[in-house]
Amino acid sequence: MTQKITVMDPRGYPPKVEGKRLATRPERLDGKVLYLIDCLFDNADVFMEQLRLWFAEHMPNVETRLERPKESWVDDPEMRRRVVEGGDVAIIGVGL
Amino acid sequence: MGFALELEKAGIPTIPVSTHAFARLAKATTLAAGMPTVRNAFVLQPVVGLSPAELREYIDGIDPINKRPFMDVVLDGLTGPLTDEDYKGATFERTTPRFLEPDTEDNLRQRFMLEGWTDYLPIILPTEERVEAMLKGTSHPGDLFVNRMAPTAFREKWDFDVEKVAINAVMAGCRPEYLPVVLALCSSGFSARSSSTTSWATISMINGPIRDEIGMNYGIGAMGPYNHANATIGRAYCLLSMNAQGGSEPGVTYMGSVGNNWNTTACFAENEADSPWEPFHVSKGHSPDESTAAIFFGGWYTQAGFGPRDSWQEKFKRCITAADHFSPPFIVMDPLVAKDFAKMGYTRDSLREWCAENAKMKAKYYWDDQWTTTLIKPHADAGVEPYATWMKADPEDMISIFRPEDFEIVVTGGQTQGAFKMISGRLVGGAGFRAGTSKGSPLFSIDKWR
Repeated sequence: MTQKITVMDPRGYPPKVEGKRLATRPERLDGKVLYLIDCLFDNADVFMEQLRLWFAEHMPNVETRLERPKESWVDDPEMRRRVVEGGDVAIIGVGL
Repeated sequence: MGFALELEKAGIPTIPVSTHAFARLAKATTLAAGMPTVRNAFVLQPVVGLSPAELREYIDGIDPINKRPFMDVVLDGLTGPLTDEDYKGATFERTTPRFLEPDTEDNLRQRFMLEGWTDYLPIILPTEERVEAMLKGTSHPGDLFVNRMAPTAFREKWDFDVEKVAINAVMAGCRPEYLPVVLALCSSGFSARSSSTTSWATISMINGPIRDEIGMNYGIGAMGPYNHANATIGRAYCLLSMNAQGGSEPGVTYMGSVGNNWNTTACFAENEADSPWEPFHVSKGHSPDESTAAIFFGGWYTQAGFGPRDSWQEKFKRCITAADHFSPPFIVMDPLVAKDFAKMGYTRDSLREWCAENAKMKAKYYWDDQWTTTLIKPHADAGVEPYATWMKADPEDMISIFRPEDFEIVVTGGQTQGAFKMISGRLVGGAGFRAGTSKGSPLFSIDKWR
């Protein structure tokens, strides 16, 4: 069992990863539109509503808008377009 | 996470909020997306089942991963200036060599386990000679692209070719004549190692002449460990899935909380000869002399019974309504059971319709389910039927919980007992959540991989 042998790699071929930069941040949130995106996991809507209440209490100058995609785990370009066109920043949760 | 990455790319600073159990997965996902500095905020697991007040405590409390007040993490993430690392992202290439560095057999076995390339059962080491012998099971060249696979929708897909399938088939113990079946399953691009927290598994079924050509078992113990082809084909599909998609590592590329034994191997053949109905693949539009693979995605539960006895209707109602509401069952019948249903005048389709019509529960119980809420309610909200009607029902109203097309009925077994099983499993490529979403046959051709 000390003889060396050669075997083949069972893994697939990973894609090349292209680096992407984060979006430029605003200096402050006052006067900005914040989208709170409920990703549709069970109870995520309740969490987002609590976040909305937090901003209403602590940062009333931030306009919050609740948003949700059409389906879980499925891209919704129309929703993203609404956020990009109408928003400045976003929070999405809760989940992956 | 996918939404957050897309919004950042589109110029919208975005904070994804995840539960702490997903911290490693979040890091791996953002790295593989080329954006490793995404500013994730975390709350404790779980979120499901908590009251508004309890969730507010999360918001007012400490982020368990960043170890700072949750809202500080969120606000700093939205407004904190970008660093050099944020600007440049991460560009890199990962490669997997065709051959591993030579080593002793013992060391290689150890390496395969440490790398997470096995299911922890003994494997056949894939030497070039063994892989070449395996490739004789198909007319296709080793470098032919087969498909792409990922452990879940938001992860990057990895490519694999015929040779990668052959390597994993060698590891599983397959014989070359099984390779077209393994290739058909893998060509689906559908992972048998989903990373979902819900511990999904795939269970596959083979129809057509290939069953007898390679000696598959559809008699006594058809779904058990009593046949070389059944056991190794299912295992090869599982091994290929974990290795071709870039891993199935707990906490990173696998999050199934409880796990699932069917992630080791789950493949059987239909008993066409003893079934009173046409073979399953014929019912989907194939000719009897074609060989096909069906993949059922589920594995959450198994209900079982015997008969059909005089009270079979009550038994079926209890079994179906005990099923998880999101994952319909495929019904596996011993030929004795199927023959009795046929004697009563049932066809596959009429029995599917009976199941959908008669298995009912109160609307309030149907909707009080994490996955109907997460995955079906959005369709109900969008007006998709029958979910919209089920949503409008009074909470006390009795509603169906599955459509006829959600059920599949297959026949296998050795006629030693009139047994049936209802196993969680939606047919991959079959009826989706919207009427008309299925395109053509949902089965995968084995013959094209001969």
